[in-house]
Amino acid sequence: MDQTLVVTLMVNGTQVTRSVQPRQHLVDFLRDELGLTGSHIGCEHGVCGACTLRVNGEIVRGCLMLAVQANGCRVDTIEGLSDSKELAKLQKAFHEKNALQCGFCTPGMLMAAQDLVRLNRKPTREEIRSHISGNYCRCTGYQAIVDAIEEVVNG
Amino acid sequence: MKAPSFAYAKPRSLTEAFDLLERPGAKILAGGQSLIPALNMRLSSPELLVDITGLKDLSKIEARDGVVRIGALCTHTMVERSPEVREHLPLIADAVAHIAHPAIRNRGTLGGSLALADPNAELPACALALDAVLVVAGKKGERRVPAAGFFKALFETDLGPGEILVGAEFPKAAKSVFLELARRQGDYAIVGLAGTSRGGDKRIAFFGVAATPILIKPRSLDEAKKALPMPNGDLYNSPATKRHLAGVLLERAWTRL
Repeated sequence: MDQTLVVTLMVNGTQVTRSVQPRQHLVDFLRDELGLTGSHIGCEHGVCGACTLRVNGEIVRGCLMLAVQANGCRVDTIEGLSDSKELAKLQKAFHEKNALQCGFCTPGMLMAAQDLVRLNRKPTREEIRSHISGNYCRCTGYQAIVDAIEEVVNG
Repeated sequence: MKAPSFAYAKPRSLTEAFDLLERPGAKILAGGQSLIPALNMRLSSPELLVDITGLKDLSKIEARDGVVRIGALCTHTMVERSPEVREHLPLIADAVAHIAHPAIRNRGTLGGSLALADPNAELPACALALDAVLVVAGKKGERRVPAAGFFKALFETDLGPGEILVGAEFPKAAKSVFLELARRQGDYAIVGLAGTSRGGDKRIAFFGVAATPILIKPRSLDEAKKALPMPNGDLYNSPATKRHLAGVLLERAWTRL
Protein backbone atom coordinates (compact mmCIF):
# COMPACT_ATOMS: atom_id res chain seq x y z
CA MET A 1 0.00 0.00 0.00
CA ASP A 2 1.36 3.36 -0.99
CA GLN A 3 1.92 5.98 1.67
CA THR A 4 -0.79 8.61 1.99
CA LEU A 5 -0.46 11.86 3.86
CA VAL A 6 -3.06 14.26 5.16
CA VAL A 7 -2.69 17.79 3.84
CA THR A 8 -4.57 20.92 4.78
CA LEU A 9 -4.41 23.92 2.53
CA MET A 10 -6.34 27.07 1.77
CA VAL A 11 -7.62 26.90 -1.81
CA ASN A 12 -9.22 30.09 -3.13
CA GLY A 13 -9.98 31.12 0.43
CA THR A 14 -11.54 27.83 1.51
CA GLN A 15 -9.73 25.42 3.80
CA VAL A 16 -9.56 21.88 2.46
CA THR A 17 -8.16 18.73 4.06
CA ARG A 18 -7.51 15.61 2.02
CA SER A 19 -5.45 12.48 2.03
CA VAL A 20 -2.95 12.41 -0.85
CA GLN A 21 -0.25 10.19 -2.27
CA PRO A 22 3.18 11.86 -2.27
CA ARG A 23 3.50 11.43 -6.04
CA GLN A 24 0.42 13.52 -6.81
CA HIS A 25 1.17 16.90 -8.37
CA LEU A 26 -0.54 19.96 -6.97
CA VAL A 27 -2.30 20.62 -10.28
CA ASP A 28 -3.63 17.04 -10.40
CA PHE A 29 -4.82 17.42 -6.82
CA LEU A 30 -6.73 20.59 -7.72
CA ARG A 31 -8.22 19.11 -10.86
CA ASP A 32 -8.96 15.55 -9.72
CA GLU A 33 -9.72 15.95 -6.02
CA LEU A 34 -11.28 19.42 -5.99
CA GLY A 35 -12.71 19.60 -9.52
CA LEU A 36 -10.85 22.85 -10.24
CA THR A 37 -10.13 22.11 -13.88
CA GLY A 38 -9.31 25.67 -14.91
CA SER A 39 -5.59 25.03 -14.39
CA HIS A 40 -4.58 23.03 -17.43
CA ILE A 41 -2.00 20.31 -17.86
CA GLY A 42 0.13 20.61 -20.95
CA CYS A 43 3.66 19.29 -20.88
CA GLU A 44 3.88 17.99 -17.30
CA HIS A 45 7.53 18.89 -17.02
CA GLY A 46 7.56 22.60 -16.40
CA VAL A 47 7.97 23.92 -19.91
CA CYS A 48 4.56 25.15 -21.10
CA GLY A 49 3.11 27.12 -18.18
CA ALA A 50 -0.48 25.96 -18.71
CA CYS A 51 -0.66 24.85 -15.05
CA THR A 52 0.48 28.18 -13.56
CA LEU A 53 -0.94 28.67 -10.04
CA ARG A 54 -0.31 31.01 -7.17
CA VAL A 55 1.10 29.54 -3.96
CA ASN A 56 1.53 31.88 -0.99
CA GLY A 57 1.21 34.81 -3.38
CA GLU A 58 3.87 33.70 -5.88
CA ILE A 59 3.24 32.01 -9.23
CA VAL A 60 4.50 28.44 -9.57
CA ARG A 61 4.23 25.49 -11.93
CA GLY A 62 1.44 23.22 -10.69
CA CYS A 63 3.14 20.23 -12.31
CA LEU A 64 6.48 20.89 -10.59
CA MET A 65 5.09 20.94 -7.08
CA LEU A 66 3.68 18.03 -5.16
CA ALA A 67 0.36 18.35 -3.38
CA VAL A 68 2.10 17.37 -0.11
CA GLN A 69 4.45 20.32 -0.52
CA ALA A 70 1.44 22.65 -0.49
CA ASN A 71 0.47 21.52 3.02
CA GLY A 72 -0.22 24.66 5.04
CA CYS A 73 -0.04 26.89 1.97
CA ARG A 74 -2.45 29.36 0.43
CA VAL A 75 -3.22 28.30 -3.13
CA ASP A 76 -5.04 30.52 -5.62
CA THR A 77 -6.23 29.26 -8.99
CA ILE A 78 -7.77 30.83 -12.05
CA GLU A 79 -11.22 30.06 -10.58
CA GLY A 80 -10.49 31.99 -7.39
CA LEU A 81 -8.99 35.00 -9.13
CA SER A 82 -11.85 35.08 -11.65
CA ASP A 83 -14.52 34.95 -8.95
CA SER A 84 -12.81 37.63 -6.88
CA LYS A 85 -12.69 39.86 -10.00
CA GLU A 86 -8.94 40.29 -9.55
CA LEU A 87 -8.52 39.24 -13.18
CA ALA A 88 -11.47 41.23 -14.55
CA LYS A 89 -9.39 43.88 -16.33
CA LEU A 90 -7.06 41.34 -17.91
CA GLN A 91 -9.93 39.11 -18.97
CA LYS A 92 -11.68 42.05 -20.62
CA ALA A 93 -8.48 43.12 -22.38
CA PHE A 94 -7.77 39.55 -23.57
CA HIS A 95 -11.30 39.39 -24.97
CA GLU A 96 -11.14 42.77 -26.67
CA LYS A 97 -7.67 42.30 -28.15
CA ASN A 98 -8.40 38.77 -29.35
CA ALA A 99 -5.59 37.48 -27.15
CA LEU A 100 -6.80 33.90 -27.24
CA GLN A 101 -7.92 31.43 -29.81
CA CYS A 102 -8.22 27.88 -28.50
CA GLY A 103 -7.93 29.08 -24.91
CA PHE A 104 -5.83 26.22 -23.59
CA CYS A 105 -2.96 28.44 -22.44
CA THR A 106 -5.22 31.28 -21.29
CA PRO A 107 -5.64 30.43 -17.58
CA GLY A 108 -1.87 30.07 -17.14
CA MET A 109 -1.24 33.13 -19.27
CA LEU A 110 -3.63 35.20 -17.13
CA MET A 111 -1.97 33.98 -13.91
CA ALA A 112 1.47 34.95 -15.22
CA ALA A 113 0.18 38.27 -16.56
CA GLN A 114 -1.56 39.15 -13.28
CA ASP A 115 1.74 38.49 -11.49
CA LEU A 116 3.22 41.29 -13.59
CA VAL A 117 0.20 43.55 -13.04
CA ARG A 118 0.62 43.13 -9.27
CA LEU A 119 4.23 44.31 -9.41
CA ASN A 120 2.70 47.67 -10.28
CA ARG A 121 5.47 48.77 -12.62
CA LYS A 122 5.07 50.12 -16.10
CA PRO A 123 6.87 47.35 -17.97
CA THR A 124 7.99 47.69 -21.57
CA ARG A 125 6.75 45.23 -24.18
CA GLU A 126 10.11 43.51 -23.86
CA GLU A 127 9.61 43.10 -20.11
CA ILE A 128 6.08 41.78 -20.66
CA ARG A 129 7.44 39.22 -23.11
CA SER A 130 10.11 38.26 -20.61
CA HIS A 131 7.57 37.77 -17.83
CA ILE A 132 5.35 35.49 -19.92
CA SER A 133 8.31 33.72 -21.53
CA GLY A 134 7.50 30.58 -19.55
CA ASN A 135 3.96 30.39 -20.92
CA TYR A 136 3.50 28.87 -24.34
CA CYS A 137 0.68 29.80 -26.69
CA ARG A 138 0.51 27.79 -29.90
CA CYS A 139 -2.25 29.85 -31.57
CA THR A 140 -1.86 33.59 -31.33
CA GLY A 141 1.83 34.25 -31.76
CA TYR A 142 1.83 36.39 -28.57
CA GLN A 143 1.38 39.78 -30.25
CA ALA A 144 -2.24 40.14 -29.12
CA ILE A 145 -1.44 38.75 -25.67
CA VAL A 146 1.27 41.35 -25.17
CA ASP A 147 -1.15 44.03 -26.48
CA ALA A 148 -3.74 43.00 -23.89
CA ILE A 149 -1.31 42.91 -20.99
CA GLU A 150 0.23 46.20 -22.06
CA GLU A 151 -3.18 47.87 -22.00
CA VAL A 152 -3.81 46.73 -18.42
CA VAL A 153 -0.37 47.48 -16.97
CA ASN A 154 -0.30 50.93 -18.53
CA GLY A 155 -3.98 51.69 -18.04
CA MET B 1 3.71 11.81 -17.44
CA LYS B 2 3.06 11.19 -13.78
CA ALA B 3 5.84 10.62 -11.29
CA PRO B 4 6.42 7.07 -10.06
CA SER B 5 5.43 6.17 -6.53
CA PHE B 6 7.68 7.21 -3.65
CA ALA B 7 7.44 7.96 0.05
CA TYR B 8 7.80 11.48 1.42
CA ALA B 9 9.18 12.95 4.62
CA LYS B 10 9.71 16.52 5.73
CA PRO B 11 12.34 16.75 8.48
CA ARG B 12 12.32 19.65 10.95
CA SER B 13 16.05 19.61 11.62
CA LEU B 14 19.29 18.74 9.86
CA THR B 15 19.83 15.86 12.30
CA GLU B 16 16.47 14.39 11.36
CA ALA B 17 17.29 14.92 7.67
CA PHE B 18 20.62 13.06 7.98
CA ASP B 19 18.81 10.09 9.55
CA LEU B 20 16.21 10.02 6.79
CA LEU B 21 18.92 10.20 4.11
CA GLU B 22 20.36 6.92 5.40
CA ARG B 23 17.27 5.07 4.30
CA PRO B 24 17.58 3.13 1.02
CA GLY B 25 16.71 5.08 -2.11
CA ALA B 26 16.43 8.40 -0.26
CA LYS B 27 16.86 11.59 -2.26
CA ILE B 28 16.83 15.25 -1.25
CA LEU B 29 13.94 17.39 -2.49
CA ALA B 30 14.43 21.15 -2.28
CA GLY B 31 12.69 23.42 -4.82
CA GLY B 32 12.11 20.43 -7.07
CA GLN B 33 12.34 22.37 -10.32
CA SER B 34 14.80 19.88 -11.81
CA LEU B 35 13.99 16.81 -9.72
CA ILE B 36 10.22 16.83 -10.30
CA PRO B 37 10.53 17.05 -14.11
CA ALA B 38 12.99 14.15 -13.89
CA LEU B 39 10.45 12.19 -11.81
CA ASN B 40 7.64 13.08 -14.23
CA MET B 41 9.71 11.78 -17.12
CA ARG B 42 10.65 8.72 -15.06
CA LEU B 43 14.34 9.49 -15.36
CA SER B 44 14.64 9.16 -11.60
CA SER B 45 12.83 6.78 -9.25
CA PRO B 46 13.74 7.42 -5.62
CA GLU B 47 12.07 5.44 -2.86
CA LEU B 48 11.92 8.34 -0.45
CA LEU B 49 11.96 12.08 -1.00
CA VAL B 50 13.37 14.02 1.93
CA ASP B 51 11.84 17.50 1.60
CA ILE B 52 14.35 19.84 3.24
CA THR B 53 12.38 23.04 2.63
CA GLY B 54 11.24 23.06 6.26
CA LEU B 55 14.82 23.86 7.40
CA LYS B 56 14.30 27.59 7.63
CA ASP B 57 17.87 28.30 8.77
CA LEU B 58 18.99 27.49 5.23
CA SER B 59 17.17 30.36 3.59
CA LYS B 60 19.11 33.34 4.85
CA ILE B 61 21.29 35.81 2.98
CA GLU B 62 24.00 37.50 5.04
CA ALA B 63 26.73 39.90 3.97
CA ARG B 64 29.84 40.21 6.15
CA ASP B 65 33.37 41.48 5.44
CA GLY B 66 32.96 41.41 1.68
CA VAL B 67 31.56 37.88 1.65
CA VAL B 68 27.90 37.08 1.02
CA ARG B 69 26.66 33.81 2.45
CA ILE B 70 23.56 32.53 0.70
CA GLY B 71 21.63 29.67 2.28
CA ALA B 72 21.01 26.66 0.07
CA LEU B 73 17.24 27.01 0.28
CA CYS B 74 17.13 30.60 -0.95
CA THR B 75 15.02 30.61 -4.07
CA HIS B 76 16.29 32.31 -7.21
CA THR B 77 13.61 34.95 -6.64
CA MET B 78 14.91 35.64 -3.12
CA VAL B 79 18.42 35.99 -4.52
CA GLU B 80 17.16 38.20 -7.36
CA ARG B 81 15.38 40.53 -4.91
CA SER B 82 18.13 40.64 -2.28
CA PRO B 83 19.69 44.10 -1.81
CA GLU B 84 22.87 42.44 -0.42
CA VAL B 85 23.27 40.35 -3.57
CA ARG B 86 22.59 43.32 -5.85
CA GLU B 87 25.15 45.44 -3.99
CA HIS B 88 27.96 42.94 -3.43
CA LEU B 89 27.36 40.25 -6.05
CA PRO B 90 26.01 41.89 -9.22
CA LEU B 91 27.30 38.82 -11.10
CA ILE B 92 24.83 36.57 -9.28
CA ALA B 93 22.01 39.10 -9.55
CA ASP B 94 22.54 39.25 -13.33
CA ALA B 95 22.88 35.49 -13.65
CA VAL B 96 19.72 34.61 -11.74
CA ALA B 97 17.57 36.62 -14.16
CA HIS B 98 18.64 34.13 -16.86
CA ILE B 99 17.39 31.09 -14.94
CA ALA B 100 14.20 29.76 -16.54
CA HIS B 101 11.04 31.82 -15.88
CA PRO B 102 9.49 33.67 -12.92
CA ALA B 103 7.26 30.74 -11.88
CA ILE B 104 10.29 28.44 -11.76
CA ARG B 105 12.55 30.97 -10.05
CA ASN B 106 9.94 31.22 -7.29
CA ARG B 107 10.62 27.57 -6.32
CA GLY B 108 14.08 26.65 -7.61
CA THR B 109 16.89 27.09 -5.09
CA LEU B 110 20.53 28.15 -5.16
CA GLY B 111 21.56 24.96 -3.36
CA GLY B 112 19.59 22.80 -5.75
CA SER B 113 21.27 24.35 -8.75
CA LEU B 114 24.77 23.96 -7.30
CA ALA B 115 24.18 20.42 -6.00
CA LEU B 116 22.64 19.21 -9.27
CA ALA B 117 25.61 20.64 -11.22
CA ASP B 118 23.91 20.82 -14.59
CA PRO B 119 26.69 21.70 -17.05
CA ASN B 120 24.45 24.33 -18.70
CA ALA B 121 23.41 26.00 -15.45
CA GLU B 122 24.36 29.56 -14.51
CA LEU B 123 25.15 29.31 -10.79
CA PRO B 124 27.93 26.68 -10.84
CA ALA B 125 29.84 28.91 -13.28
CA CYS B 126 29.26 31.94 -11.05
CA ALA B 127 30.55 29.99 -8.04
CA LEU B 128 33.74 29.17 -9.94
CA ALA B 129 34.26 32.69 -11.23
CA LEU B 130 33.76 34.20 -7.77
CA ASP B 131 35.95 31.54 -6.11
CA ALA B 132 33.07 30.63 -3.80
CA VAL B 133 33.25 28.20 -0.91
CA LEU B 134 30.47 25.63 -0.69
CA VAL B 135 29.39 24.62 2.78
CA VAL B 136 28.49 20.95 3.10
CA ALA B 137 26.98 19.37 6.21
CA GLY B 138 26.81 15.74 7.19
CA LYS B 139 26.50 13.59 10.28
CA LYS B 140 30.19 14.12 10.99
CA GLY B 141 29.89 17.90 10.87
CA GLU B 142 30.47 20.65 8.38
CA ARG B 143 33.14 20.92 5.71
CA ARG B 144 33.99 23.72 3.33
CA VAL B 145 34.74 22.95 -0.30
CA PRO B 146 36.13 25.50 -2.76
CA ALA B 147 33.99 25.64 -5.92
CA ALA B 148 37.02 24.58 -7.97
CA GLY B 149 36.97 21.22 -6.17
CA PHE B 150 33.21 20.76 -6.05
CA PHE B 151 32.14 20.15 -9.65
CA LYS B 152 33.67 16.77 -10.51
CA ALA B 153 31.95 15.47 -13.63
CA LEU B 154 28.60 15.49 -15.43
CA PHE B 155 25.98 15.94 -12.68
CA GLU B 156 28.63 14.78 -10.21
CA THR B 157 29.86 16.81 -7.25
CA ASP B 158 31.99 16.39 -4.18
CA LEU B 159 28.86 15.74 -2.07
CA GLY B 160 29.07 12.37 -0.34
CA PRO B 161 26.17 10.06 0.54
CA GLY B 162 24.00 11.58 3.25
CA GLU B 163 25.54 15.03 2.92
CA ILE B 164 23.54 18.20 2.34
CA LEU B 165 24.77 21.39 0.72
CA VAL B 166 23.70 24.01 3.28
CA GLY B 167 24.97 27.18 1.64
CA ALA B 168 27.66 28.96 -0.30
CA GLU B 169 29.93 31.88 0.51
CA PHE B 170 30.67 34.24 -2.34
CA PRO B 171 33.49 36.79 -1.93
CA LYS B 172 32.74 39.96 -3.82
CA ALA B 173 34.71 40.92 -6.92
CA ALA B 174 35.83 44.38 -8.05
CA LYS B 175 34.39 43.81 -11.50
CA SER B 176 32.20 41.13 -12.94
CA VAL B 177 30.31 40.27 -16.08
CA PHE B 178 27.68 37.68 -16.91
CA LEU B 179 26.79 36.81 -20.50
CA GLU B 180 24.62 34.06 -21.89
CA LEU B 181 23.36 33.10 -25.33
CA ALA B 182 20.11 31.14 -25.55
CA ARG B 183 17.60 30.66 -28.35
CA ARG B 184 14.73 31.97 -26.24
CA GLN B 185 14.42 33.76 -22.93
CA GLY B 186 14.70 31.22 -20.12
CA ASP B 187 16.05 28.37 -22.25
CA TYR B 188 19.16 26.53 -21.24
CA ALA B 189 22.23 28.35 -22.47
CA ILE B 190 23.87 27.43 -25.75
CA VAL B 191 26.96 28.87 -24.14
CA GLY B 192 27.59 31.41 -21.41
CA LEU B 193 30.26 32.84 -19.18
CA ALA B 194 30.71 34.32 -15.74
CA GLY B 195 33.79 36.49 -15.34
CA THR B 196 35.34 38.36 -12.43
CA SER B 197 38.33 40.58 -11.90
CA ARG B 198 40.10 41.28 -8.61
CA GLY B 199 43.20 43.45 -8.71
CA GLY B 200 43.79 42.49 -12.34
CA ASP B 201 43.39 38.74 -11.70
CA LYS B 202 40.69 37.52 -14.01
CA ARG B 203 38.66 34.36 -13.59
CA ILE B 204 36.33 33.32 -16.38
CA ALA B 205 34.04 30.30 -16.11
CA PHE B 206 32.31 29.03 -19.24
CA PHE B 207 29.16 26.93 -19.05
CA GLY B 208 27.34 24.90 -21.68
CA VAL B 209 30.68 23.82 -23.13
CA ALA B 210 31.68 20.66 -21.27
CA ALA B 211 30.53 18.18 -18.61
CA THR B 212 31.31 20.76 -15.93
CA PRO B 213 31.80 24.51 -16.08
CA ILE B 214 35.33 25.32 -17.25
CA LEU B 215 37.41 27.89 -15.35
CA ILE B 216 40.28 29.77 -16.96
CA LYS B 217 42.52 32.43 -15.39
CA PRO B 218 43.96 34.24 -18.39
CA ARG B 219 46.38 37.19 -18.30
CA SER B 220 45.49 38.39 -21.78
CA LEU B 221 42.67 38.04 -24.29
CA ASP B 222 44.93 35.99 -26.57
CA GLU B 223 45.75 33.64 -23.73
CA ALA B 224 42.04 33.36 -22.90
CA LYS B 225 41.19 32.44 -26.47
CA LYS B 226 43.89 29.78 -26.52
CA ALA B 227 42.76 28.37 -23.17
CA LEU B 228 39.20 27.96 -24.37
CA PRO B 229 38.59 24.24 -24.92
CA MET B 230 36.72 22.85 -27.91
CA PRO B 231 33.16 22.60 -26.53
CA ASN B 232 30.88 19.60 -26.71
CA GLY B 233 28.21 19.98 -29.36
CA ASP B 234 24.52 19.63 -28.53
CA LEU B 235 21.40 18.76 -30.55
CA TYR B 236 21.37 22.11 -32.31
CA ASN B 237 24.91 23.49 -32.20
CA SER B 238 28.15 21.94 -33.38
CA PRO B 239 31.36 22.19 -31.32
CA ALA B 240 32.69 24.73 -33.84
CA THR B 241 29.57 26.92 -33.51
CA LYS B 242 29.78 26.83 -29.74
CA ARG B 243 33.45 27.62 -29.79
CA HIS B 244 32.83 30.59 -32.05
CA LEU B 245 30.03 31.84 -29.79
CA ALA B 246 32.16 31.37 -26.67
CA GLY B 247 34.87 33.46 -28.35
CA VAL B 248 32.33 36.20 -29.12
CA LEU B 249 31.21 36.28 -25.49
CA LEU B 250 34.83 36.33 -24.35
CA GLU B 251 35.58 39.42 -26.43
CA ARG B 252 32.46 41.16 -25.15
CA ALA B 253 33.33 40.30 -21.58
CA TRP B 254 37.02 41.21 -21.76
CA THR B 255 36.49 44.96 -22.11
CA ARG B 256 34.32 44.97 -19.00
CA LEU B 257 36.75 43.13 -16.72
